[in-house]
Amino acid sequence: MSRIMNWIDQRLPVSNSLKLHVTQYPAPKNFNFWYLMGSLALIVLVNQIVTGIWLTMSYNTDAAGAFASIEYIMRDVEYGWLLRYMHSTGASFFFIVVYLHMFRGLMYGSYQKPRELLWIFGMLIFLVLMAEAFMGYMLPWGQMSFWGAQVIISLFGAIPYVGDALTTWIRGDFVISGATLNRFFALHVIALPLVIVILVFLHLIALHEVGSNNPDGVDTKKPKGSVPDEEKSPYEFHERYTKKYDIVDSIPFHPYYTVKDLVGLSIFLILFAAVIFFAPTMGGQFLEPPNFEAADPMRTPEHIAPVWYFTPFYAILAAVPNAVLGVVMMFLAIVVLFLVPWLDRSTVRSVRYRSKLHKANLAMLVISFIILGFVGALPPTEFWTVVGRITTFTYFAFFALLFIYSKNEKTKPVPERVTK
Amino acid sequence: MSNAPVDKGRRRFLTVATSVVGGAGAVAVAVPFIASWNPSARARVAGAPVEMKIDKIEPGQLVRSEWRGSPVWVIRRSPEMLEQLSLTDDRVRDPDSNQPQQPEYAKNKHRSRDPEWFVAVGICTHLGCSPQFLPRNFTNMDGIDSGFFCPCHGSRFDIAGRVFQGVPAPTNLVVPPHYFIDDATVLIGQDGETA
Repeated sequence: MSRIMNWIDQRLPVSNSLKLHVTQYPAPKNFNFWYLMGSLALIVLVNQIVTGIWLTMSYNTDAAGAFASIEYIMRDVEYGWLLRYMHSTGASFFFIVVYLHMFRGLMYGSYQKPRELLWIFGMLIFLVLMAEAFMGYMLPWGQMSFWGAQVIISLFGAIPYVGDALTTWIRGDFVISGATLNRFFALHVIALPLVIVILVFLHLIALHEVGSNNPDGVDTKKPKGSVPDEEKSPYEFHERYTKKYDIVDSIPFHPYYTVKDLVGLSIFLILFAAVIFFAPTMGGQFLEPPNFEAADPMRTPEHIAPVWYFTPFYAILAAVPNAVLGVVMMFLAIVVLFLVPWLDRSTVRSVRYRSKLHKANLAMLVISFIILGFVGALPPTEFWTVVGRITTFTYFAFFALLFIYSKNEKTKPVPERVTK
Repeated sequence: MSNAPVDKGRRRFLTVATSVVGGAGAVAVAVPFIASWNPSARARVAGAPVEMKIDKIEPGQLVRSEWRGSPVWVIRRSPEMLEQLSLTDDRVRDPDSNQPQQPEYAKNKHRSRDPEWFVAVGICTHLGCSPQFLPRNFTNMDGIDSGFFCPCHGSRFDIAGRVFQGVPAPTNLVVPPHYFIDDATVLIGQDGETA
């Protein structure tokens, strides 16, 4: 066995990479619940890729046959219903864990120096994931697939001068048609998944270069020679890390966090299976009722709302009484997240040691985002439009306020080492 | 191997020249990939004009057809509906249809060739949903009883497709090129016989 391993290691650094990234990777010992989301997201990504490949085996990309092929998968293909519900539920769960993962980053300042690039790769994954989910939602070719695509592609029509030509170019036709369906299929099953996998790889490499943050937001890699031997972590870490730093308060990723993540994964899978088997449409939130009707270009459904994970941004779009400005604000709502590492000028990372004002501000962001999510799903009445405008304002106010107060923020003393 | 000294100027020239030629090649190769996203020849010819029979339409009724894959409406407006157009004048963004959302012959108050007949593309100018036709109970504004309401983002249009103020849609509904072949038939997609 070891002879085979030696033979491989001389040609491909398998053992060394495993040590570097798994068995001898130092992870802070105080990870909590929030630190499960990253590995869960990775597992959902694998679920999406595997079930997705199986779905393409029975799916028909023709506009005349797409809707029927979904019914065929649901009724006639062996376990087709399960594969499809694993895929559709996986999409929503992907966004649940990604939103929690992003909130973790905001809460513990995981975007601050030196993790800016790590954060940006994460945001790029989020952006591509939204495109991926949007294109996937079009494939069943139901009423919501069609009209949702109609609305989202029309967003690009708001761009002055080139808007109309650009939307025609994206659709490949003067209206949403089979040409659009086919190119979205191509993008959904190969182009964007490839991009996501590459970005996830870069996200992980960047993470392992700078090291994981932790709920206290304090460094667990101290300058070389600054820590007495008895205070260093008593585990063997890869020399790549110990050569430059003294590692404190850390444990190897495997077996300690792989086992912890497995516990998190089993609870996650219970919830995931519960939805797949008992509520695959989640009351019309994961799969919307109009999408059980074939696409009809002549008739818009009574009420159009995107799937729940897009509704906060959709509410911002609808809150602005000007088409161009609405689109700009919606994209700004995402762009501003990329800028967080530079908007936050504080050097204290974790919310645990930051001011009451910061805690209140972060709470305001979360509440605004949740309310926007509800508003985006509701029919556009006058009352909800006003609520949408107020929460759009408070959403952006988080970032403006963060930039203003973080420079001279009154923070609590940060401990030298992670707390028990 | 010659031991001649490195000619840096020559090396730089060759580097730049190779990069420029290679870059131009990359751009040229990108053209087919980008252009293949344009509508195909088949999609381009699918935009032929369509004929519609209108002799069985009652006053106040809307009839749908399809032109270039979009819904097209023909509405026979009742006299009450036409009266409401004077009430909406100061509540709409573009009462005189100054935006080029219609052919020249429909640039008037009723936005049509004939006040009674209104022809429009049934696609909201905001984000492309198809608005609902509400022949009555349209608004709580005095006397304005009929119009179009877009369920997606709440945009409202009056019975001549003019967009109200304070809604997301920026412009009036599009009036397609059309002409009446005879009293019973309208041709959508063409301005006149010579066109």
